[in-house]
Amino acid sequence: MLTPLKEFATDIRIQQMEEFKARGFGHVGGSLSITDCLAALYGGIMRIDPKNPNWEDRDRLVVSKGHSGPALYAALALKGYFPLETLKTLNQNGTTLPSHCDRNLTPGVDMTTGSLGQGASTACGMALGLKLSGKDSRVYLILGDGECQEGQVWEMALFAAQHKLGNFIAFLDYNKRQLDGYVTDICDLEDPAAKFESFNWYVKRIKGDDPDKIYETILETQKNQKDRPAMIVLDTVKGGGVKQIEDTTLNHHLNMTTELADEIIKQLIKQKEG
Amino acid sequence: MFKCIYNGEKEAKAGKTVFGETIRKMIEEDPQVVYLDADLMNSIGTSGLEKSFPNQVIEVGIQEANMAGLSGGLSAVGKKPFMHTFASFAGRRCYDQVFISIAYAKNNVRVIGSDPGITSAYNGGTHMPFEDICLYRAIPHSTVIEFTDSAMTAALLPVIKERPGLTYCRLSRKNCIAIYSEDSVFEPGVANILRDGKDAVIFACGYMVSESLKAAETLEKEGISTAVVDMFTIKPLDTAKVLEFAEKTGAVVTAENGNVVGGLGAAVAGFLSETRPTPVIRVGVKDEFGQVGTPEYLAGVYGLTPADVVAAVKKSISLKK
Repeated sequence: MLTPLKEFATDIRIQQMEEFKARGFGHVGGSLSITDCLAALYGGIMRIDPKNPNWEDRDRLVVSKGHSGPALYAALALKGYFPLETLKTLNQNGTTLPSHCDRNLTPGVDMTTGSLGQGASTACGMALGLKLSGKDSRVYLILGDGECQEGQVWEMALFAAQHKLGNFIAFLDYNKRQLDGYVTDICDLEDPAAKFESFNWYVKRIKGDDPDKIYETILETQKNQKDRPAMIVLDTVKGGGVKQIEDTTLNHHLNMTTELADEIIKQLIKQKEG
Repeated sequence: MFKCIYNGEKEAKAGKTVFGETIRKMIEEDPQVVYLDADLMNSIGTSGLEKSFPNQVIEVGIQEANMAGLSGGLSAVGKKPFMHTFASFAGRRCYDQVFISIAYAKNNVRVIGSDPGITSAYNGGTHMPFEDICLYRAIPHSTVIEFTDSAMTAALLPVIKERPGLTYCRLSRKNCIAIYSEDSVFEPGVANILRDGKDAVIFACGYMVSESLKAAETLEKEGISTAVVDMFTIKPLDTAKVLEFAEKTGAVVTAENGNVVGGLGAAVAGFLSETRPTPVIRVGVKDEFGQVGTPEYLAGVYGLTPADVVAAVKKSISLKK
């Protein structure tokens, strides 16, 4: 039997596959690798009200690697922000679910992202604004590893520590792969945990494929970060949770045939049923 | 309503002094106002505010891209951010961040770019923005304003505070030639007729407003009646006034302290060519980079003097059918 969070993560994966299947292609690899993190966040960590997506006192999430929108949309639909049927409109003409996250189109999306590095600063600005207003809402940020090649991420890292943003938790989806290949071959991050530590962030590094472990780590981080911004480095696999995608070398953006999607969905349903 | 007090004299207070005073007043009056700067507070008259108002004034450090993103995020949680840097950096160093994290994301942010065009003087080519108007005009739904003098800066900042979307403002740090009385009131998008005329019209902004008024005085002595309209809102363009004066005079000159590529002149010429084709002569920098020098010297180098405006008016009249 799967734990409730693992079951939620599996459902998010199934619904993502429905999205990609309907459109025939998409950013599959990086959407799958943040799924377990999303399951933890929307499975109880975040203070949200799907009936009131713009609730002033909610927690916020910025998916700065905006091309992972399909994973976020699946989580939001499963939480009831909009009907599951809407997921089948991913990237269709006139859709509310564009390739990259758009706060003005999709209920529950807190920030528009897609130009890499920018969600780092907007999330940080939200955390700053909430702190300045004396609110107790938290801001969560999901960064990609390739994205950390953008200088803006490190501008933000300096700033967040300087301003003691203890209401701010970032995740690094460290799946080791980017569009053109392996991060280590292109512009390596070496040890991102050590880098953020040296920027005076509270840092944890865990395997990123277990939503229960991520959940626990977030709670522990909230307790211990005090007035420091926190970075949780998630060692993930691009395409994580779906063997066929994990084994595809260049899996940033893929074609998704109906046959392959159905095969994956069947496999995921089987996992749920144990 | 506004009152034109132009007599060729400079205003008593420097632009940066009035800017600092106005930002302070807005912070005191509205707890949602947040002022951000990228290590230029000492240059723009806001130094020390971060100590008096730590919850409303953020010294970001030298990171314009991050500052633009922070401003977008602050707006998303209900703040009213004003971010300042030199106009050169406001345009070039954070364009994608302003475009996506502010404008495209529909956040409400006011970007203040100081030292426009030749007023950056001794900072030279690296710091001399001739392109910022063009860049900000090209962002969909943006507002682009150039403060003509300090009376306008003080009056318009509180108006812009409530304006939705992206608003970009060019601001001179120095003492401008005084154009407006301190009790003048301005409305974004509504151009001001400073001087009426029947033979030609000059649509000017910023530094070139006073230079255009000087040119109109010279032309008057030669029997040429020239209107001067302050187009302090470059976008959205006051098309009603442009059309009115194009029809009335049939000879149009534009004058701006920046590149003619994509600037005020391009906006006016583009509008008129589609509605009422009229000769438009553009006074501005002719696709050049900046350099060090006094504003007076640089005005000569780049063709931004009253004499250049006079010549443009005569050329425009000569092209009338």
